[in-house]
Formats: sequence, structure tokens, C-alpha cells
Amino acid sequence: VSDCVSDIRNTVGNVPMEWYRDFPHIGYNLDGKKIYKPIRNKDELDDFLDKMDNPDYWRTVPDKQTGSDVVLSDEQVQLVNRLQRGQFGDANFNEYEPQVEFFSRDVMLHPVTNRPADKRSFIPSLIEKEKVSKLVHAIKMGWIKPRRVEDDSRGRYYDLWANEDSSILARHKMHLPAPKIPLPGHQESYNPPPEYLFTDEERALWEQQDPCDRKLPFVPRKFSSLRQVPAFSRFIHERFERCLDLYLCPRQRKMRVNVNPEDLIPKLPKPKDLQPFPTTQSLVYRGHSGLVRSISVSPSGQWLASGSDDGSVRFWEVCSSRCLKTVQVGGAVKSVAWNPNPSVCLLAVALDSVVLILSPSLADRQVVLSSERLLSAPQEADANEGAGPVTWSETEGEELNHGIRLKIQHPKAVQQVSWHAKGDYVASVMPDHSSNLQVLIHQLSRRRSQNPFRKNKGLVQCVSFHPVRPYFFVGTQRSVRIYNLVKQEMTKKLQANSKWISSMAVHPGGDHVICGSYDCRLSWFDLDLSTKPYKMLRHHKKAVRGVAYHRLYPLFASASDDGTVIVCHGTVYNDLLQNPLIVPVKVLRGHEITHDLGVLDVTFHPTQPWVFSSGADATIRLFT
Amino acid sequence: MGGLQKKKYERGSATNYITRNKARKKLQLSLPDFRRLCILKGIYPHEPKHKKKVNKGSTAPRTFYLLKDIRFLLHEPIVGKFREYKVFVRKLKKAYGKTEWSSVERLKENKPAYKLDHIIKERYPSFIDALRDIDDALCMCFLFSTFARTGKCHVQTIQLCRRLTVEWMNYVIASRALKKVQLHTHPTDVDYRVMATFTEFYTTLLGFINFRLYHSLNLLYPPKLDVKAESELKEENDDDYAMNSESYLEKLSALSASLARVVSTAEEDEAELDQFPVDGEDMANMEAREKEQKQEEAQKKLFEGLKFFLNREVPRESLAFLIRCFGGEVSWDKSVCIGSTYEVKDETITHQIVDRPNIDKQYINRYYIQPQWVYDCVNAKIILPVEDYFLGVTLPPHLSPFVEEKDGDYVPPEKLKIMALQRGEKPAHEQEDEEEEEEEDEEEEEEEEEDDNEEEGDDGEEAEEKNLKKMEEQRSQVKVTAGKVKVENPARLEQEEKAEEKRLAIMMMKKKEKYLYDKIMFGKKRKVREANKLAAKRKAHDDAEKSKKKARK
Repeated sequence: VSDCVSDIRNTVGNVPMEWYRDFPHIGYNLDGKKIYKPIRNKDELDDFLDKMDNPDYWRTVPDKQTGSDVVLSDEQVQLVNRLQRGQFGDANFNEYEPQVEFFSRDVMLHPVTNRPADKRSFIPSLIEKEKVSKLVHAIKMGWIKPRRVEDDSRGRYYDLWANEDSSILARHKMHLPAPKIPLPGHQESYNPPPEYLFTDEERALWEQQDPCDRKLPFVPRKFSSLRQVPAFSRFIHERFERCLDLYLCPRQRKMRVNVNPEDLIPKLPKPKDLQPFPTTQSLVYRGHSGLVRSISVSPSGQWLASGSDDGSVRFWEVCSSRCLKTVQVGGAVKSVAWNPNPSVCLLAVALDSVVLILSPSLADRQVVLSSERLLSAPQEADANEGAGPVTWSETEGEELNHGIRLKIQHPKAVQQVSWHAKGDYVASVMPDHSSNLQVLIHQLSRRRSQNPFRKNKGLVQCVSFHPVRPYFFVGTQRSVRIYNLVKQEMTKKLQANSKWISSMAVHPGGDHVICGSYDCRLSWFDLDLSTKPYKMLRHHKKAVRGVAYHRLYPLFASASDDGTVIVCHGTVYNDLLQNPLIVPVKVLRGHEITHDLGVLDVTFHPTQPWVFSSGADATIRLFT
Repeated sequence: MGGLQKKKYERGSATNYITRNKARKKLQLSLPDFRRLCILKGIYPHEPKHKKKVNKGSTAPRTFYLLKDIRFLLHEPIVGKFREYKVFVRKLKKAYGKTEWSSVERLKENKPAYKLDHIIKERYPSFIDALRDIDDALCMCFLFSTFARTGKCHVQTIQLCRRLTVEWMNYVIASRALKKVQLHTHPTDVDYRVMATFTEFYTTLLGFINFRLYHSLNLLYPPKLDVKAESELKEENDDDYAMNSESYLEKLSALSASLARVVSTAEEDEAELDQFPVDGEDMANMEAREKEQKQEEAQKKLFEGLKFFLNREVPRESLAFLIRCFGGEVSWDKSVCIGSTYEVKDETITHQIVDRPNIDKQYINRYYIQPQWVYDCVNAKIILPVEDYFLGVTLPPHLSPFVEEKDGDYVPPEKLKIMALQRGEKPAHEQEDEEEEEEEDEEEEEEEEEDDNEEEGDDGEEAEEKNLKKMEEQRSQVKVTAGKVKVENPARLEQEEKAEEKRLAIMMMKKKEKYLYDKIMFGKKRKVREANKLAAKRKAHDDAEKSKKKARK
């Protein structure tokens, strides 16, 4: 049933029909007349009723172009069905028709087309040629390599050392193998002995320490059984560190000193074989109340003179330790020196700026008389006396009674006095930085003084006469100068290699000198050998205050602020080729250290192997 | 004064060394490549004797290589390979960027590869040299074989390491060369590239060493299991394990089967020490060597005839390795690992190793022991009494076998005990122990008494001193009394004399030697102090234990 007018053709074409929504028409027919929309007054209800009533409702579709409903014919419905199924629209089309083999393997008698062959089909291609030549060139140049055969020789092993040629390169000799990682000890065990486990203190200490300071890089731990042991968490780290060590750590060949410490100790002759030398403290001379600065033994060896800060000079009998005589000199005594000439008995004492000559009359009459004679020798050089810096004066009254015979007044404080071996000359030292008047040599017999030096060559510490030859030793702060008194020139200058010389002693042979210094050293000079010390001895812990040689025995001693006197054996050989043999034989202790001062002076007995020492504890001790 | 002026730093040590940066520039290598080259060739920096001189007056911290070493590197073919590799990477990147997959493929096929054989031959001209460095190689390979197969490093490397380590262990078992073992406990910023380079070198080295070692024992390399063992394993495990490519390695790593030999010998003939005609002087030496040899032989057969069964909670590989090394038979539960040879029910098992406080089902005719027993036995070189290692017993301390005590060093009492056992002295049982303790107590008391006596003696001396003091006081009052003869011990006097002699001789030492001597003596004293400290600690610990025991009683 069709309610539309026959043959209405809309000419608007394939345009969206919404464009005509607001118009009364929906297009134009062939004549150009408007096609009006059919009047549609159907509502939903009508639609529903139509659906219920009309048996063709299912095949009725609206025609958008005309706006009218069209009922599809049976053929049309069939076509729609076929298309929906994906079949061809034509029901008669056979899609499985046998294929006509147009190109077959059979060579046909006639060509398919009759077109003549192109020229390019029988001329070689230029482009291809270019490409091939490029490839050829690339192969020639080695840019393109043939596909590599899979080389499985990488993981294949063989006997690398089959022919061990001994071609050891120089490199192998120079090679420094890396040190092996130390093997684990008891501490690293999972179940170490209990003593290897940390106590709480040790653990706290371990935690406080820097990782690089720790002795062990881990804390020893104890597990009661193996299954409780965790995995080693630092394994990777440890191996990595080892790798770094192997390739990054600079290596150096260090010679490991593998010596027996006993072999390092020098083989010295036994002290027992070098006897005699003082070994034990046998006498203590008490009496002084101040520190005893200086001591001296009479050439006979019977008397000992000591000068102390309490302003007295005491004379002791050596064997009995009795004080025979005390002379109050009225000032701290810096130095005492007994005249070495055995035919006179005189003592030089230095205090303040005065040098006193004492005649203690502690000898037999002959000697006392001869010393009196020496002192009362005729005074010739009166003319010089006034001009010199020194005034000689004889004492009177009380002082004379005490034995003080002569007073030599110096312009400055006197530090030390020292006799010539003959006993006629005495040298005095007045340390002064800025003057050439530091050393004076006095002649007793003529009561004359002279200043041997014109120039100041440093602070003079001590002086000494050569025992046999006319030489004069002057110890300045850092060196010892040796002057020839006859030629009046310097012959040698010994470099002590120490900061401040404190004392000096000349070997009775005259070819060796020892110097003590405040920097704890004792230097032995061999005058024939060199101006440098033959030996430096650092035996003392504190400043060396005094040194002394024995007149007969090959002994020397040094006294120090550490309260010890060290006696050394020092043999001097007549053979010039043989160096002196120095062996320490005894450390003598006895003095107490008071006010940081220990032993101040040391001297040997002239004939016996005995040594006297005076200390800051106001005592004098004899070691035999 | 003629002649050219000498310039500084143009001769001498300044010209023998080269800084790292300069070396790198001279070799035209990037820093990572230089590093790799140094690792592979074994070039290391040297510490010059006079650093300032070498550094041309500067004190800046620099690392120095020997110029000769760097010159030597110039001719290394591997350097060329490094450069090739660099180019390859560049080309590959470019090809990727242009998405030219065909050229990517071509490039990948032609990836430059290098071999390290010649370097190994050069660094270790003889086999002995190579063996000297094997410890680091083994450690590294064992480490890499434990890595997870994810990221960081190539799977092939890990597999190779695993293979090599297993081969190594099999060799050790076959040759029975193990001497000492220890168990440790110790408690990332790690550059894996460095480690990988080292591993690359070490795997090659270890491979060659393994090859040589296997051939020295007439074993096949790569290792093959004995035909008999193989067939057995196959029968047993066909249903349990899928046969893939890795299973053979796993079987090897089970360490339970012996290896196939090139020439199948019936039994290992006893390698006897060749007897040479010897002079009289060498006889003692020879005897000592023979004795040592015998001991070693005995140690090799330590576990022979014993049958072990490992429970599943014990470290299987380590224990199996050990037991097999010393000739024991070992097996484990079938589900733990491939290669178990007998079951728990086997009546002939002599020892079962268990690491748990208790076990439900116990068989009568075997010992149940903790794993430490095996390790301690190996270290002591004898079969130790099993009583101390039963289940639930507090284990004796596990000692390091690498510590060799010299005289003066501290020796733990356990070690003394083991040494006594080695000498063949009878071990003291617990009851005897107690008796001994009592005896010790008595002895101690006696000692105390002796001490008392000594104290009395001291008292006597003190009294003497008092007397002396009194006498001195009397003397100060100028009174002469008969003196007492002071008894002097001649031996002691002599000793004192000697000590003084030594002191005096030390005074005469030269400065340098004195310094050295002081240093040595300081070291010695420190050692003694440490030993004393350990001994004191031990004593305190033992006393505490004893008092606890008594309190419990």
C-alpha cells in the first residue's frame, strides 16, 4: 500500500536532510517545484497502533528524501538480508567459479602482448652497476666484511702453559705482587672462643672509633648454631674494595727490616773487663747549705775543696769525709780550682767579680813555704798594674787568717777559673756578649794579668789550658777554639754540633776534648781526626753540667741535671790509626734533684779510680 | 763554568713516572677504557720514593704510573679492540636512530670481541705464577655465581662463573687437595663495571687453570661424570627433573658423583715419594718430609668409610664438598637437590648432620651431630670425639686454622686441647673433668698456701728492712753495731749485671738503630700486652662460668 504520489524525484542530492528541518518543503522536483513535506500527524500512540495492526510494519522504512514511508518488496528484503550476511548482492553470482590460468608454466607459442622489448631490458642497468661497484669498493676497502662465522673459541680453554718457555720479561722482575688479603683469624669465626668477643667497653670504643682507626673492621659475634648465621652482607663490598686495591692502589717496594733486635745492640767489651771504674757510692760529704757549684781535688788526692752558693768554701778530707776547714768568702762561689802543681798548695776561687787565691796550708811545711814564696814574689810590673782592668791586692786581718792571700778584682762577674798545669798561670772567664774582655790570664809569680783576645768571638763558657803544650782552649757557646799561645793565633775551631756548651775537659794526653752541652749531649773530639765530634753521646736525659777526664785511667765522667753521673771508659790509643774506644761502664745515681737541678760538677780523684760529684742537694758524693 | 744549564725535572725519577691523566692521553683512551686496560693487563700505580720530585715540585695528590708500563700498554692489541668497540657502539646508535634495522643486525653480527688468552700468558708466564693469584679469582667467581640473574651483569657471566666454580670444586674433590676450612660471619655503592672487568679476566684465568688441573689428573675437561654414576643418576632422576641444558651442570654441582677420566684407571695408584740416595745430613730432613707426607695421606682419608646424610637445613654444597674431599660418602634428601645417592632409611649411614635442636625420628646406629663437627675435624686433621657436637649441646668454639701461633702469642685453650688430641693423648671425659676441676681447686688452694708462704717470706724481708732502718737510725746516733751479712743471690746478681750491661750497650747505639730497636721492642711489648689481655679475659670468663656452675649445684 503506497500512499505517495508516483514518481516524485527529489533533486537536492545527497545532502543532510536536517537542512530542511525548519522549512515546509524538503526539496525540489524535476520541474523545480518544491516538494512539500507530507503532513505527519502521527504521534507515538498512532505509531504503536500501526505497529500492532500493520502486518507490513517490519518492512516499512521512511524515505528520508521524500519523507514518506516505503514498504519494501520481497526482493528488496532479500537483498538486505544477503548484504547483512556479507554475501554478494546478486543471488546468482557464483563466487567459486574455477580460475582461468592466464599465466601458466606452459610456454605459449605466442607472447601475451605483442609489444616490442624495451632497450633497458637487454642493456645492463647503470644504477645497479653503480650500486655493485660501490659494494665492491666497500669490500675492497674492508668496510664491508663477510658475515662472521660465530667464533666459539672465546669460551674454549686449552693448555695455555703447554710449552712453558722461560721468557720472563723484565716486567716480571719489576712486578710488585699485591699483598694477599690476610686470612681470617679466630675473631672471624662464627663461634669464636669467648675471649675474642667484645666486652661492653670494647664495643663502645669500637663504635666511637673512626672506621679507618678500628683494629677490626667488624664486631666478633657468636652464634649458637650454624643455621642462625646470616648471609655475609659485606661480601660484595669486600670484593669490590679488593678490586679497587688491586688496580688503584699505588704500590711501593718497602724493605721489611727483619732483624733480631739483639743484633742491633753493639757488641762492646764487657764493663767487667774494663775495670777499674767507680761503681758504688761510698762517701757523702755533708755540710753545705746551698747547692755546691764546684769541687776540686788537690793534686795529692788527699783534700777536696768545694764552693757553694751558701758563700763558703769547704775543705774536706777525702778518705774520712770530714770537713777540715770552712772559709766564708761572702758570696756565692762559682768555681774553685786547685793548683795542679804538687809543689804548691793553692786554691783559686771565683765569686762575684773577684778571684781569690787561697792558701789552705793543708800540706807539709815544704809545700806551704813554696806556695808562700810564689805568692810573695817580687812585683815587677807596677807600670802595667794601673793600666790593666784588673787590680791585685793582698788581704789583711781576718781574711788573711782564713788563708785568703790574694784578691784579683775583675771588672765583671767571674764564672770560672782554670789553672795552667805548671801552676803559675790562672785563667778566669767573664762571659759577656758585647765585649772582647771575657778571658783574662793571670800570672801569679809576677802578679800580672793580660787579655789575650782583641775581638769578641762569642760568649765564652769555659776555658782550659793544654796539659803539656802551649795551647789554650776556649769554649764558646757553640764551638771550641784552640789558640796557640806562643804564636798567638788560632789553630783550630771545633764545631760541637750542640746548642750551648756547658763544660769542657781536655784529655791528659791533650789530643782529645769532651764537651758537655745543655742539650743533653756529650761530644768527644779527636783533635787529630776532625773538627767535628768523633762521637756524640746522648746518654743523659737532661742538660749536661760537668764533664771530667781521669788523669791516669782511661775514664771520663759526665754529670747531668737528671741526677746521674755516667762514667765511660774511653781508651785512647797511641796508634794514630786506631780511633778511641768509648764504652759506658756505669751509671751512678745518688744525688737528689732539687729545683730541677741534679749534679752540678764532677771530678776524678787524681790517682784512684774514684769520682766526686757535687749536686744541688748540697752534698758531695764519692763513688769508688 | 761552561756547559748547558741543567734543567730541573728532565732526568732522574721525574722522567720515570707519568701521571694517570697523561698516561690516558698518551694512550688516547677514555677513563673507563683506561681503567679496563689497566685491570686486564695488571698495571697498577706506583708510589715514587720522592713524590715531590716526581710531581715536578708540586705536592698535589696524583697517582703515578711507571712510564715503562704505559709504553708497554701502547703495543697492546686490545687497545685497538677497545677503539673498535667504541666505533661499533657509535654506529649502532646511529643505526638505531635511523631505524635501519638491517644495518643494526649486520652491526650486531660483527660486534668486535677480544680474547684474553695472550694477556694471561703474558701476565703469568708459568702455571705456578697463575696459581699464585688464584685466590682472588676464586673469590670473585664465587661471588658472581651467587648473583641474581637480573640486571647489573650478564647472565652468561654468571653462568660461566657458576660453571667454573663447580668445575673447581670437582677438581678439589678429585684431587683431595683441601687442607683447611673456616666458617665466618661478618656483618651499595659498588661499581659493577670494575667488578665485571675483573671477572672477565678471572674467568678466563680460572678456565685455563681448571683445564690444566683437570689434565694433570687425567680427567676430562669439560668435566664429565663417570659413566656408571651418570647412568645411576639418570635412572633415579628421570622422573624428577626435566632434562634441559642446565641439568648437567646441576648434576655436577651436586658434587656427589666422581668424574670421568681420560684413561680409566682402576684405582688411584699411591703416589710414593721418590727415594733418592741421600747423604747423612739430609736424612733427618727426608724423614721429616716423609712423615709430613704420611700425615697428609692420612688426612686425605679422614672420612673414608664414613657415610653421611645431610638434613635439609644444613648448607648442602659446602658440607658435601668437604665430606667428598676427605673421602666420605654423602647424600641428602631427594627433594633438596639432584644427585642424592641414598635415603635416610639407609642402615649403613654412620653420621647424620643436623642443625636443629631436636629431631623426631632417630635411628639408633648413627650419630646425630651438628655441622661444625665436620669443619673442626678437617682442621684438626683427626676425627674428633662426637660427644661435644651432639644435638642441643653448646658447641665448642670454632677456631681458625689459619692462625699459626708463634711462641709468645696467645693460644686459646681449645687449640691446646686439640693439639693434645693430635699428639694422641686421651681426651678427658666429663666426669674426669669434674674430678680434675676438684683437683685443680685443691691445687689452687695449695698454690694459695704457697703464696701465703711466699708472703711470709716477703714479711721476713720486710722485717729485715725494718731492722735495717732501725740500724740506720742507730748509726745516725754514731753507734757501731755488728753488721749483718746481706745474703745475695748470685744468679740474680748475675742477671742484674747482664741487664745493666745491656742497658749500657743500648746507650751506645746509633740514633738510627736505636730508633729501629725501640720500634721493635715497642711492637713486642704490645704483642705481649695483647696476649696477656686475652688470657685475662679468658680467665675472667672461665671463672664466671665456674661460679655459675657452682651456684646451680
